[in-house]
Amino acid sequence: MKVILEGSHAIAEAVRLSKPDVISAYPITPQTHIVERLAEMVADGDLDAEYICVESEFSALSACLGASAAGSRVYSATSSQGLLFMAEVCFNVAGMRQPIVMSIANRAISAPLSIWNDQQDSIALRDSGWIQVYAEDVQETFDLHLLAYRVAEDHRVLLPVFVCFDGYYISHTYEPVDILDIDEVNAFIPPYEPVNKLDASNPLSMGMYATPEYYMEFRYEIDKAMENAALVIKEAGSEFGKRFGRDYSKHVESYFLEDAEIALVAMGSVCGTIKDAIDLMRKDGKKVGLLKIRTFRPFPATEIKEALKDVTKVGVLEKNVSLGTRMKGAVGLEVKDAIGNSGIEVMSYVTGLGGRDIKIEDIIRMTESLENGIGDCFFGLREELL
Amino acid sequence: MADRSLELVDCGHRACGGCGPAFAARLILKGSGSNSIVCAATGCMEVFSTPYPQTAWKVPWIHSLFQNAAAVASGVESALKHQGRDEHVLCICGDGSTFDIGMLCISGAFERGHNITYICYDNEAYMNTGIQRSGATPFDANTTTSPVGKNSLGNSRPKKDLPRILAAHGAPYVATCSIAYPNDVIKKVERAVNTQGPCYIQIHTPCCTGWGYDGSRTIEMGKLAIETGLFVSFEMVNGKIEKVKKVKRKPVEEYLKEQKRFSHLFKPKPNLEEIAKIQAIADANAEIYGIDLKI
Repeated sequence: MKVILEGSHAIAEAVRLSKPDVISAYPITPQTHIVERLAEMVADGDLDAEYICVESEFSALSACLGASAAGSRVYSATSSQGLLFMAEVCFNVAGMRQPIVMSIANRAISAPLSIWNDQQDSIALRDSGWIQVYAEDVQETFDLHLLAYRVAEDHRVLLPVFVCFDGYYISHTYEPVDILDIDEVNAFIPPYEPVNKLDASNPLSMGMYATPEYYMEFRYEIDKAMENAALVIKEAGSEFGKRFGRDYSKHVESYFLEDAEIALVAMGSVCGTIKDAIDLMRKDGKKVGLLKIRTFRPFPATEIKEALKDVTKVGVLEKNVSLGTRMKGAVGLEVKDAIGNSGIEVMSYVTGLGGRDIKIEDIIRMTESLENGIGDCFFGLREELL
Repeated sequence: MADRSLELVDCGHRACGGCGPAFAARLILKGSGSNSIVCAATGCMEVFSTPYPQTAWKVPWIHSLFQNAAAVASGVESALKHQGRDEHVLCICGDGSTFDIGMLCISGAFERGHNITYICYDNEAYMNTGIQRSGATPFDANTTTSPVGKNSLGNSRPKKDLPRILAAHGAPYVATCSIAYPNDVIKKVERAVNTQGPCYIQIHTPCCTGWGYDGSRTIEMGKLAIETGLFVSFEMVNGKIEKVKKVKRKPVEEYLKEQKRFSHLFKPKPNLEEIAKIQAIADANAEIYGIDLKI
């Protein structure tokens, strides 16, 4: 059923349909509308879940870990400072292989304090062992939450998932969204069956420490699970497409890449703006295309290499900065690595930090910079302030 | 009532000989029984009992981080509630994770009123990392981060009053006890796990390694702490003291002089002025809790 919903409320609908047993979250802008709506659903009896109003994000994810270890499906949502406050728990959750799904309303990191959008928060946790997917619009954000539970709880994976979407651009934007029927969702996401759980009738110890004789193999197993996740996302994404008509069997999406000489690469809502810019540039005869990265962890290096094999230049638009690195952007570094020594030029453009608007003309100027071999830089700085 | 003959913490773990916390672990589970789930914090007990792939625990046990056991327990309890299960949810954590780094999570869990029993094994410093002071370290104790020196007589602050802080959260049952009185520990744990709501028990667990006494004397140290009035054993129900262990009080020197952590107070000769300050702490405890036996 298509309805017009605010992004956050569409996410709350996706969570309701996923039927979590325990929700534990702490308010932070711009994530709050999600957990407010979920609290309403629980209060109205529309969602049968325990809702834990924790005193901090640190406890939010810790409580999710406990509930998940006890065999329940759990949900949380956060953003920015909240995610960083959880960082220690994030690594722990992945290490303990709990399939927790968490919404990340992407927002900049302090200092300076900024409540506005960029993707520095989730990118900062790229090595935490969480699967990371990035959505372009409200519908995709809704869909990826359902996909996330299906993938996380698959016994070949058993890893937590960040469903990332741009704060405000998605969380606070009203768009038409196809809200699926609960029976259809139930068929796609079977009840959670934990491999192990805390249970007095079958005692086991969880979260034991490992000496140097054992530690590395645990970390290796997480990495193997990430590799499995790449496959499971494709399988589940393909099934999603068959059931609901929107296919997520690929980790990346192309727009006018077939004959492109120049490729722009990006994640999240800015892809919409880039598509508009490409439409304009194509009218001027410029052979530009877009590669949208949806799955950032596991990083789809093979798909990216294949998708970009025929272009000569690649510009990666980054809403993050890896401070002190030559390329400046964390995603560009990985795209460059994926392409390898193919002779294709890859450059990063750090832009849109702290909510600075990225306009169509910015994309066009960025493409011109790429054509002129200027990149691996901040883009769109106010020179008069420097 | 739980079957007290059950040993739910197995032998063969790696605790020091004469470890107070190891004894506490056995007693706690005799009180809560096999229908228990334990949420542990990083610390001595976690390390001596669960080196992968071995575990001493015969009940379900989970360790996440240093400071989040109360939050993990909140989640476990909520999940059990949703699943219609009835296991007792316990936290068993040291004083560092309880008094210091875990306070945020504990305060939240108690304010929310989860049905959990939070047990602190209080050995009065960070023993696992090499005897650093915590908020539970007593006045004048020599630790590696409150060392005695030309300008220092050891830890300069008194012990934080955590039982009252948690009672002020509205905890229905708050108790203190010592492993020197095993049946008292068992009974208090049993009462806590059968009380609805967040309960707190602080168990005084002498540490031979950190305090500096022979491991054969752990029970004796526990008794001396109670008998001098430096540690008070009580039960507090809905914020009101219900029961206190009364003693014929001994001077604090009898406790202090047996432990290396206080040996600077006696060398080269007894520092009477400083010992008097510690005696004043015991006297204040006696006044507040009425622990003196009237003979």
